[in-house]
Amino acid sequence: MYKKMFEIRRFEEKVFELYAQNLVPGTIHLYAGEEAIAVGVCSNLRKDDYITSTHRGHGHCIAKGAELKRIMAEILGKKTGYCKGKGGSMHIADFNVGMLGATAVVGAGLPIAVGAGLSIKLRGTDNVVACFFGDGASNQGTFHEAINMAAIWKLPVIFVCENNVYAMGTRQSTVMLVENIADRAIAYGIPGVAVDGNNVLTVYEAAQKAVERARTGQGPTLIECKTYRHKGHSRIDPAKYRPKEEVEEWLRKDPIKRFKEKLLQPNTLLETEIRQIEKEVLTKIEEAVKFAIESPHPFAEEALEDVYA
Amino acid sequence: MRKITYKEALREALREEMRRDPTVFLLGEDIGRYWGGAFKVTKGLVEEFGDERVRDTPISESAIIGAAVGAAITGTRPVAEIMFGDLTALAMDQIANQAAKIHYMFGGQVKVPLVIRTPFGAGVNIAAHHSQSLEAWFMHVPGLYVAVPSTPYDAKGLLKTAIRGSNPVFFCEHKLLYPMEGAVPEDEYTVPFGVADVKRKGSDVTIVATLYMVHEALSVAKGLEAEGISVEVVDPRTLAPLDKHTIISSVKKTGRLVVVSEDCKTAGVSAEIAATVAEEAIDYLDAPIKRVAEPDTPIPFSPPLEQYVIPNEKSIIKAVREIA
Ligand SMILES: Cc1ncc(C[n+]2csc(CCOP(=O)(O)OP(=O)(O)O)c2C)c(N)n1
Ligand SMILES: [Mg+2]
Repeated sequence: MYKKMFEIRRFEEKVFELYAQNLVPGTIHLYAGEEAIAVGVCSNLRKDDYITSTHRGHGHCIAKGAELKRIMAEILGKKTGYCKGKGGSMHIADFNVGMLGATAVVGAGLPIAVGAGLSIKLRGTDNVVACFFGDGASNQGTFHEAINMAAIWKLPVIFVCENNVYAMGTRQSTVMLVENIADRAIAYGIPGVAVDGNNVLTVYEAAQKAVERARTGQGPTLIECKTYRHKGHSRIDPAKYRPKEEVEEWLRKDPIKRFKEKLLQPNTLLETEIRQIEKEVLTKIEEAVKFAIESPHPFAEEALEDVYA
Repeated sequence: MRKITYKEALREALREEMRRDPTVFLLGEDIGRYWGGAFKVTKGLVEEFGDERVRDTPISESAIIGAAVGAAITGTRPVAEIMFGDLTALAMDQIANQAAKIHYMFGGQVKVPLVIRTPFGAGVNIAAHHSQSLEAWFMHVPGLYVAVPSTPYDAKGLLKTAIRGSNPVFFCEHKLLYPMEGAVPEDEYTVPFGVADVKRKGSDVTIVATLYMVHEALSVAKGLEAEGISVEVVDPRTLAPLDKHTIISSVKKTGRLVVVSEDCKTAGVSAEIAATVAEEAIDYLDAPIKRVAEPDTPIPFSPPLEQYVIPNEKSIIKAVREIA
């Protein structure tokens, strides 16, 4: 899990760097600071389980096992990317690892996850779906419609709310009066738990229970993971609306730093092992960057392909 | 005359109308205190008018328009912002079934004076969920007016008319136009709906264009002048109501028509305008009507793909040459 978290962090830092060099078209929404959630949840999933993702989705892709180089190529708009350059940062999918795609319409992933859960049930397999979405997304009508539907049909869906306190510049407390989004689970008659989203072990345990519940046909769970994004909402956002003390407090709770400290306690991973892991990750990321930069852009006419199957 | 940007012109219209009429208020995601709108159109307004009248909302598009409808039929004049045009799809029931039909359906008992502002347009590499041009969807809904301003002058004047009117107005903006400067008088003025503007006079070919495409058409017209082709550029400014008269008069003079629009070609804005001219002025045409529009695809992400699908000067020139 440490390896995956570190991989996401370095990957995002690299994307940020490439953006500054004008190699990334459009915008980017970085996952840095929230790694424990994707990793803690996806570590409970099998390859043939599903996830749905959001505009802030690089971390979900990586945690679910998508290839770094094809993610990076997509972010750079290259032909070798997962979507042949048609999707970009906000729309990456890898159906080979059950990553059903990121949507840039906030809250639109929830009903899709429910559909995947329904199909699992209809097909009689024992797969599950983890559905990632933000605090902001939980104010969409789709949140209500989707969770209720999953609840009444006891679908194998784990609703994972990544509550990073803000939706762009909008603070959670200004758009909802409940403190815990998890409390909303009561309205649907399903379990709701709020956990420290910057502690990968806590997230892992909560997800483990929810996955177990889902796999054994007992229905969905709503897990709210309290977290914080290290950067602004998107590349251009200096995030001036966040008080300095708040940012500092959360930076102290950096999920990777905390996990590393834990691992370095006696009887766990040795420092040299960690260094080795980090080295491997850095090499892999360099390879991904090289692959993405050297890959060709799609031919312009390819824009006309794939409209119909 | 002083020059201001399209974005500033919109903001001025909002500010002046909010000062003039205390029932005018704004609502939308991140339009207020902390962000000032995704494209900063409403920046600074919360300081003057407060959080009640420059109202940040949850991310609930359907509820934003629904709330605007409810407010509009009970004595206020809401101006709702949907952050990106594509996301109007989430509010479609409220726009097309509620806002647009209430007046008719209830036998004219109530007016629905509301404005929905939203940016369309591709060209900034933000892919399929944030780039499409969907003017034609709304043109197809009876009960809605559809404004498509291409300059700061038109943006301000049309927005004022929209806010003062008695009907729901779908107000299309364009991402690439926000920073564009243009002359805007300091004195009070409005631009009426249903009155096209001839942005450039010419005698050989008529180009009807909207939003950002007006500027592409103007620059084509300038280039072709050197070759002795005189192009007239007509900007309808509102698609509903559509000023057929000005378009047809221009075609009667030139005998040739190219329609340029950034939305998809099939059942798009260009289809409607071409059909109107074919129906009402075919005898005046000396050549087939040409349409320059996006091919029928979602907007792709990668720059070479995206640039390929957006109409540009080259594709417009090609169309003009085919008939001139
Ligand atoms: C339906 C919809 N409305 C608005 C937007 C614009 N938008 C993009 S991200 C975002 C904030 C999302 O906040 P949250 O769900 O908390 O996710 P976070 O960015 O914090 O991870 C907004 C408003 C959008 N993409 N889709
Ligand atoms: Mg958030």
